[in-house]
Parts: sequence; C-alpha cells; structure tokens
Amino acid sequence: MSSVTGKDEDDLSRLLRAAVAGDERAYADFLHRIAARVRGFARRKIVKGGIDAEDVVQETLLAIHLKRHTWRTDAPVLPWVYAIARFKLIDAFRRRGQRIELEIGDFVETLAAPQPAEAASERDVTRALDGLSPGQRSVVSAISVEGRSIGETARHLGMSETAVRVALHRGLSAIAKRFGRN
Amino acid sequence: MKTRDLIKALEADTARPRLASGIIWPLAGGAAVLVAAVVFFATIGPRSDIGDAMETVRVQFKFVYTLALAASALPIVLASARPGSSPWHLAPWLLAAPLLLAGAVATELIAVPSQEWAVRLIGKNWFYCMMLIPLIGIGPLAIILATLRHGAPTRPIFSGAVAGLLASGLAATFYAAHCTDDSPLFVAVWYTIGFAVLTGLGALGGRLFLRW
Repeated sequence: MSSVTGKDEDDLSRLLRAAVAGDERAYADFLHRIAARVRGFARRKIVKGGIDAEDVVQETLLAIHLKRHTWRTDAPVLPWVYAIARFKLIDAFRRRGQRIELEIGDFVETLAAPQPAEAASERDVTRALDGLSPGQRSVVSAISVEGRSIGETARHLGMSETAVRVALHRGLSAIAKRFGRN
Repeated sequence: MKTRDLIKALEADTARPRLASGIIWPLAGGAAVLVAAVVFFATIGPRSDIGDAMETVRVQFKFVYTLALAASALPIVLASARPGSSPWHLAPWLLAAPLLLAGAVATELIAVPSQEWAVRLIGKNWFYCMMLIPLIGIGPLAIILATLRHGAPTRPIFSGAVAGLLASGLAATFYAAHCTDDSPLFVAVWYTIGFAVLTGLGALGGRLFLRW
C-alpha cells in the first residue's frame, strides 16, 4: 500500500475516532472523504449501467452510519469501509439479477482515486424520502435539504429536540431499509 | 436526496445503538445457554447415572468434542459480524472437532471387536438424537442470528452456517448428558446429522434474515 494511502488511513481513522467521541465536524469530514472514495470505487465497478453509482454511495454511507459500532477503534478503517461498500455494491447488482465477483485486490487502485464530484444529474429528493411517515419526512428534509440544525428544526416544526432526534434516526433507518428493497 | 444533504442528516443523528457491542454478545451467549438448558431439562434431562458416567472416557470425550465444536465456531461468528475482519484465518480451527472425532473413531475401532461395531454405531437412541439436537439448538440459533443482525455480516449465508455450528456444539453438549450411547461411532453418525440440520437452518436463516 502506498504511503499516501497509509496517511489517508491514519487521517480517516483519527476522524472516525473523533466522530465516535462526539465530534460532528470530524464526522462530516470523514463522511465526505469516504463518499469520494466509494464514488470512485462504484463508478469503476459499474460498467454495464442500470445501477446509479450515487445510489451505492448513499447506501454505503447509510450503512456505515448505522453500523459504525461494528468498527473497532484500534482496527484500520479502510478495510472496514470497503467491505461495506463491496457488500452494498454486490447487493445492488443482485437486486438487478446480475452477479459480480469482487476481489479484494480489485479496489486497491481505486484507493488512490477518490472522486469528490457528485454526478451532475440532480438527485431526486423525493425518492429517498418517499417511504417515510410525514413527520419523519419533514424532519429529515429540514435537516438535510434545508440544512437546519436540530434546534432550528425543533422550533420550526414545533417539536421537542428529543422528538426531532428520534424522528431523524428512525427516518434514516427507514431510508436504509428501503434502499435494500427497490 | 443529494449525497451532501444526506451527510448533513447523518452528521446530526447522534443516536447510539441501545446496547453496546461489548455487552450484547455476552448477553446473547447467556440467553442461548439458558434457552438450551430450559428445553433440555423440560424435555429429557440428564441420564440417571450421570455421576458415574462422567468418569468414563467415552462420556468425557463426548463433551470434549461438542465443546471443541462450539469453541471453534464462536470466534468465527464474532469476526464475521464485523466488516473487513476476515474470519478465514480462524477457519482452520473448525477442523479441530472433526479431527478429535476421527481420532476417537479410530481408537474405538481398534479397542472394540468388529462384530460389536454395528451395535455401537446404531445404539438405542439414534432417532431421538437426530431430533433432539436440532430441537435444543433451534432456540440458541435464533438468538445468535438475532444478535448477528445487530452486527454487519457481509457474508450472511456463511455467518448463518457457522452460527448453526455454534448452536450445534451447545445443543449437543446438553444432549450428550442425556444420551447413553457413548461410542464415538454413534456420535460420528447421529450427532453429525443433527449438526447438519442446524447448520443448514443457520445458512437459510442467514440468507433470509441477515440482510442489512
């Protein structure tokens, strides 16, 4: 593994450790950098079309988020991230009736080629939010699309902060489940 | 939703899993043993001469064998719940129990005259053995699969199958305290059938329930 990747691994591990300890800034930084890596990985693997690489990116980020307790803070973070990305990519192929074999060696070269830019096409906002209850939908879209904080969302929607947090977490879990079905 | 919008939502969601990983497996292990024990004592219970039987080498071997199976499957189940922590380097340990059994069978074939082999192999309880090992093991298997859902198994069928082996080792440890057929020849045939049922159920359960 190149020294660039080694440094990246150290940076990312440090960011996720800080995130686990409650540093939201570090968590956002971590997720953006992981998104760029997974985007490069997915775009390289999806050659036939029919699958949107950005869907795989989002599904992987959701899985990383909901399963972050399965990362041991003393273990390297990239093998953990890519194992999840590979699982989600294989799942996306499986849902479309395609089979794909991904070897661990396959993603070594993509390690050095993150793709920070999102696809130019506007992602359909309603698609991910469709399956949510109205309350969850307004909370998730206030925080994500409108970029409000928990406190602002609570005031805006006339809810308690705790209720906003619960609706946000349940909404994200529901989106993750929905991804696996369509 | 745009990916950067999604990240805003993930960043804001600070909810933790209700049970930390460090505590959930010990809890699940305790529950699995408890469920197996309840089913065992409610249905068959230990043999009446268990105290004397424990002093014979064949009975002792049954426990060594079943506990070796459970002990070799457990770390693989745990590792397979964590993405990126390859369980393959632990897989050779799964050979320990079969090798122990092969050694015991060879010893039995040498120690016992050949006209007795068939009687010892078929024993008296073969039908109960096939039925009761899966019956005792199914509850623990369900608990292990449910706990795996809390983790993130990236090879669900493999994780489920090894969970089946773990449940097999646990169930057979209880069953061995009941069964009076102590020959390794009996263990090699009828226990194995029970293990195959639980391992198959585990693989199926992995396929059906371990998607995330």
